[in-house]
Amino acid sequence: MNIHEYQGKQIFRSQGVNVPNGDVARTPEEAVEVAKTLDSDVYVVKAQIHAGGRGKAGGVKIAKSLDEVKEYAESLLGTTLVTAQNGPDGTVVNRLLIEEGCDIKDEYYISFVVDRATNRVVLMGSEEGGTEIEEVAAKTPEKIFTEVIDPAVGLLPFQARRLAFNINIPTELINKAAKLLLGLYDVFVEKDASIVEINPLVTTGDGQVMALDAKINFDDNALFRQKDVMEMRDFDEEDPKEIEASKYDLSYIALDGNIGCMVNGAGLAMATMDTINHFGGSPANFLDVGGGATEEKVTKAFELILSDENVEGIFVNIFGGIMLCDVIASGVVQAVKNVGLDIPLVVRLEGTNVKEGKQILKDSGLAITSASTMAEGAQKIIALVDENK
Amino acid sequence: MAVFVDKDTKVIVQGITGSTALFHTKQMLDYGTKIVGGVTPGKGGQVVEGVPVFNTVEEAKKETGATVSVVYVPAPFAADSIMEAADADLELVICITEHIPVLDMVKVVRYLEDKNTRLVGPNCPGIITADETKIGIMPGYIHKKGHVGVVSRSGTLTYEAVHQLTEAGIGQTSAVGIGGDPVNGTNFIDVLKEFNEDDETLAVVMIGEIGGTAEEEAAEWIKENMTKPVVGFIGGQTAPPGKRMGHAGAIISGGQGTAEGKIKAMNDAGIDTADTPSVIGETLIERLKKDGLYEQCLTIK
Repeated sequence: MNIHEYQGKQIFRSQGVNVPNGDVARTPEEAVEVAKTLDSDVYVVKAQIHAGGRGKAGGVKIAKSLDEVKEYAESLLGTTLVTAQNGPDGTVVNRLLIEEGCDIKDEYYISFVVDRATNRVVLMGSEEGGTEIEEVAAKTPEKIFTEVIDPAVGLLPFQARRLAFNINIPTELINKAAKLLLGLYDVFVEKDASIVEINPLVTTGDGQVMALDAKINFDDNALFRQKDVMEMRDFDEEDPKEIEASKYDLSYIALDGNIGCMVNGAGLAMATMDTINHFGGSPANFLDVGGGATEEKVTKAFELILSDENVEGIFVNIFGGIMLCDVIASGVVQAVKNVGLDIPLVVRLEGTNVKEGKQILKDSGLAITSASTMAEGAQKIIALVDENK
Repeated sequence: MAVFVDKDTKVIVQGITGSTALFHTKQMLDYGTKIVGGVTPGKGGQVVEGVPVFNTVEEAKKETGATVSVVYVPAPFAADSIMEAADADLELVICITEHIPVLDMVKVVRYLEDKNTRLVGPNCPGIITADETKIGIMPGYIHKKGHVGVVSRSGTLTYEAVHQLTEAGIGQTSAVGIGGDPVNGTNFIDVLKEFNEDDETLAVVMIGEIGGTAEEEAAEWIKENMTKPVVGFIGGQTAPPGKRMGHAGAIISGGQGTAEGKIKAMNDAGIDTADTPSVIGETLIERLKKDGLYEQCLTIK
């Protein structure tokens, strides 16, 4: 799960991580009200959308007066911001962060991530702040420093200092920087983050170290114990079908094609997409119904696929292990009865309770094309969709 | 011979009184797995599916002599269960549970560092040694005894591959699901080493997916050390970048962990790769024929 920059900064502030003063605004009037509370003659008006690359897309403005704050707020709110990260459709700006300007001296890059190679949380830093870290990694990898964190003791002060020295933060600011890094690690662990990224972290003319940006991604698997984080979720940023899917604990991702897929297991779901693509078709979604799906969940999944108007055919590909074929079959039959079906449906069932599952489909009397392998199923649904055109 | 587990392996089921665990305990018993006990705190003294339930892993081990546990405990409590099994000094813990918070797993892996316990998973189908023992959730009937080892990050894709092999008459030694989570116990190389040393195993199928660099590292190891033919498949070749495809591990960002990169690394290491999951079996058969192992591997009449 992602949150907005202003929400990330609220979390930082609560952990004693230094960030510029500021607050969120949803109207130009609110923007001016927020600006009035700031002790500054320069204000930063920042569009709050989840995608990165906002600055380059024109979503960050520097205002030198309250009138300019209002002007920029009016121009940004309600517009669609297209950045390098959010695709051709862009995202509508509904919220702004109004912040005091600060006298930036130097910019740095800081992030915490769970590193698969070491199975640890790793702190990463670079003096090349403001640029994409991937670019730094490609061009000047020697400028990236890391500290691997032992979960038994957490980030240690000497590690925080060492990283700060390595990225050339001025000696007189080392302790301030280290304190900030230790606070960020606490945020990471206490909030079950999967990424905390500050780009840029800055030193200022008046001798401060602060996080000018705040990107936090959270581990979806830990949200059950992060109620306050859950409340920060912005549904406007998500695909409505993905929201619906998440209510039923289904893993659903909308894609551009016309063949709806319902599969069990992430690996098989990806492989099903690959197979449909391989035979010249185009999947409309990734949908993993998961392991212990109930009949109700399967029915919901099926309805979700049908609610996508681009879908011209459905391929159900199940290899049951923990998932039982008879449960899938009953769910499909129930869904078809609930919502009706006027497009082709191909079902491939294999695995635990396969005989019972096939029998349920047969007894239902529904027009279901069966397939014995994934390749056969993919080819059949592609052919049926083509015939219907 | 086989890897990790065989017909004599004594197994306890952690979380045995949950509905999923009960269902699969029955399936495992039907397969012939020696399930000697279960653990559910507070339910010690009960008997389910003919299996005695204990309050702690320590007690279960002491009373039954089990060396392996399989964990079906719900995600919020699963990490604790794995560590309890390690504290009881079991040889192997197989964790089926999915959706365990990643920072819990970071702690688990750290905790296991100075223990003797091997962890397989989490978020995996388990381990099966064909016609001997099934510890996990895989459908047993598709597995038949033979000479091909299977190791995979994806449960359902493992079934897919095994099914193809069995249909083609190619039996298996063991199939090991290492799970799709970013932080886990046993990795590809650990399993490949076992297959390499196992006399019964003559060839290996390795199924990876996008994200991380485990497949690249395994390919490097195979190139240097593996004496047996390996074929592979990478899932998620057409996944849109930056999207998380169910398995937290399967996220590609910044060009790392792409399908192309993995396939290239595998091909460079002499691993033949299947273009689609439907031809994993065919790809192996071609390779077996090339290496003169086909007749020997054709174990199913």
